[in-house]
Amino acid sequence: MTGFHLAQVNVGRMVGPLDGPELAAFVAQLPEINALAERSPGFVWRMVDEEGEDATGVRPDEQDDLLLVNCSVWESVEALRNFTYHTDHLRVLTRRREWFHRMAEAHQAMWWVPAGHRPSLAEAMERVAMVRHNGPSPLAFTFRDPYPAPAPSVIPAPTAAPASSAAPAAQL
Amino acid sequence: MDTEDSAFAVLGVLGDPVRRSLYRHVAAAPEDVGRDAAAEAVGISRSLAAFHLDKLVEAGLLDVSFRRLSGRTGPGAGRPSKVYRRAEGEHAVSVPPRSYDAAGRLLAEVVENAGLDRELQAAAKAAGAADREAAAGDLIEALRARGYQPFRDGDTLRLRNCPFHALVADFPALVCGMNLALLEGLAPDAWSPRMDPCPDGCCVALSKNKNH
Repeated sequence: MTGFHLAQVNVGRMVGPLDGPELAAFVAQLPEINALAERSPGFVWRMVDEEGEDATGVRPDEQDDLLLVNCSVWESVEALRNFTYHTDHLRVLTRRREWFHRMAEAHQAMWWVPAGHRPSLAEAMERVAMVRHNGPSPLAFTFRDPYPAPAPSVIPAPTAAPASSAAPAAQL
Repeated sequence: MDTEDSAFAVLGVLGDPVRRSLYRHVAAAPEDVGRDAAAEAVGISRSLAAFHLDKLVEAGLLDVSFRRLSGRTGPGAGRPSKVYRRAEGEHAVSVPPRSYDAAGRLLAEVVENAGLDRELQAAAKAAGAADREAAAGDLIEALRARGYQPFRDGDTLRLRNCPFHALVADFPALVCGMNLALLEGLAPDAWSPRMDPCPDGCCVALSKNKNH
């Protein structure tokens, strides 16, 4: 244990409303995939909305009702990579273009948090903005350019934000 | 030596047919291979196998480690034996020079940026289905010919090698999706591709259907 965990966030713009026919297959698979994440090695936490099942009720941009967010915490980059690409989650991932538009700008970020920290929505969206504006850095990176967890003596940048997902939405 | 020269030097080591057989056996084996097993598989003496295996290690094609093959531990268990496995790293050379990997990377980037996952999967499924008849006759050979290095594990076929390794590193969702579609097209009715990663190999395994 390094004393740090990996937080990740990604946003996606749906091709239609969550309760519409285009998204039906995606919505139907959510409980199974979330359960798979929770029993995957290295899973720590995932953000949920007020209903508590998943994060489909969270809107990172108040102006954009089709933008969904996914945010979770893992023990390591490898643990997240294994779940993302090496389990049945890949089957869902390969259907991403049936449900989500390809986004031209950066739509994901990872960063290290002290073990026990639960990122807020605002904090997560700030990390996406960092990748979007500055490219990958130790403060916000991607699978393609991963950074190792900070040495234990280094104090990480995120301040203790409220652990609730009901934090004010960041504007994109 | 430039990159091409070193690739020739490494691959030249495989010019010897005995050495090549040993390399193929170890590279495709699901687990580390000891000297005795390698010698037996290729039909040569243990000492000759040891000589060639160590040449392959010197060339960087195999990695070596030590393990007690007897399964016993403690005093009297005997000395640990050398065991071999495929080394990481790729060695390719083409005469005249061709750069299909560079082309593949560019094409993948464009397909990814254009969001053409479904179009790629449809093409991959059709490419797999074109060989479906041959695969129905000899699935292991069809997979072997495509570079998957399949091996049997009960009622499951596992794939020791990922033929798209370098592209997967950069475009995992796109290329693994393409691979899964290709195998779905290729697999005869009696077999179902499913996600079940082989360490350092392909993430897909094929299971025999119960009703066949």
